[in-house]
Amino acid sequence: MSLQSPLGRVLGYGAAKEGVHHWWVQRVTAIALIPLTIWFVVSLLALPSFEYATVARWVATGWTPLLLVLLIAVMTWHSKLGVQVVIEDYVHSGAKTLSLILSTFAHTLVAAAAIFVVLRFAFGGAA
Amino acid sequence: MADFRLPPNSRINRNGRVHKAPPGARNVRTFRVYRFDPDSGEGPRIDSYELDPKSCGPMVLDALIQIKSAVDATLTFRRSCREGICGSCAMNINGVNRLACTTAMADLGNEIKIYPLPHMPVVKDLVPDLTNFYAQYASVRPWLQTRTPAPPDRERLQSKEDQEKIDRPAACILCACCSTACPSYWWNSDRFLGPAALLAAYRWIIDSRDEATGERLDQLEDPFRLYRCHTIMNCTDVCPKDLNPARAIAEIKKKMVERQH
Repeated sequence: MSLQSPLGRVLGYGAAKEGVHHWWVQRVTAIALIPLTIWFVVSLLALPSFEYATVARWVATGWTPLLLVLLIAVMTWHSKLGVQVVIEDYVHSGAKTLSLILSTFAHTLVAAAAIFVVLRFAFGGAA
Repeated sequence: MADFRLPPNSRINRNGRVHKAPPGARNVRTFRVYRFDPDSGEGPRIDSYELDPKSCGPMVLDALIQIKSAVDATLTFRRSCREGICGSCAMNINGVNRLACTTAMADLGNEIKIYPLPHMPVVKDLVPDLTNFYAQYASVRPWLQTRTPAPPDRERLQSKEDQEKIDRPAACILCACCSTACPSYWWNSDRFLGPAALLAAYRWIIDSRDEATGERLDQLEDPFRLYRCHTIMNCTDVCPKDLNPARAIAEIKKKMVERQH
């Protein structure tokens, strides 16, 4: 039981002076994903086949690796921000901090691994 | 971490007491009303009251008053003005938060389900505990803050256009229909201020006479106080005064970005 006043409870530790950046970047990455996703889907559909050799050649050709790296970076960043919102909404107490850390690790891992693979194809490490 | 079962006080016995209409009553409507008495030691239950709508006025509040005075004096609810300006009789009627006094029985079916405002601690029956809600309203300092002293001989002046900007947000009656309809408020009402308090904050942020706009924005710049709002817009849907808290919150978010760029 606490005898703290209701207003004291609401005021708590005060405002975190945070949140604008998160909100803004979530929107900017969403805008960036519109052309990137359209490009990605259209390019895939334009491929003659989905066989390994064809796709591997496409990944390594021209601007494709650059755009793929951008797509992966922006998409995982956007996802990280979105998952953070879900965690903050629904997870309470100590599990929240742990979930946020794990989500950050997972997103970073996915982004790094995917970009690494694209670069391998781009620079001829895997054929 | 997660609860998979409702706490005992949230498990409702749906077969509570039944109060039949007197013989000869016509066009009987059934009111299924949430009842909870903390002193009884029992969990909440749903009582049924059959009522001839001709025995009272046309609104749901008229029926509740009729039930309390003629059928069951233990039924507890808040009411005052009976004309939609005090906000006391806000409750969940057929699944929607609204004022009992401005909701006509004719617009509802023959079975009318009445619950207290969702996800609030219940004091008794249809009376929710609004302590936190009012504290959140107080936390946005809902009064004029200035550094310029008031003119000695007259009021602080405001243009007609500037007054019009606050006409609507200032019409909020703090009935809590909006905040208690908001899922974000359900999950995080300890830290998210909720649509009602944020609408009040907005009303002062855009008041041309107020000189604490920056401090007001500072106080809202927080992942929980403001940014738990995900524009679900239940608040605007249910507002019995047709106000738009969702828009007010969006405008606050825009101002947050504007002052950065």
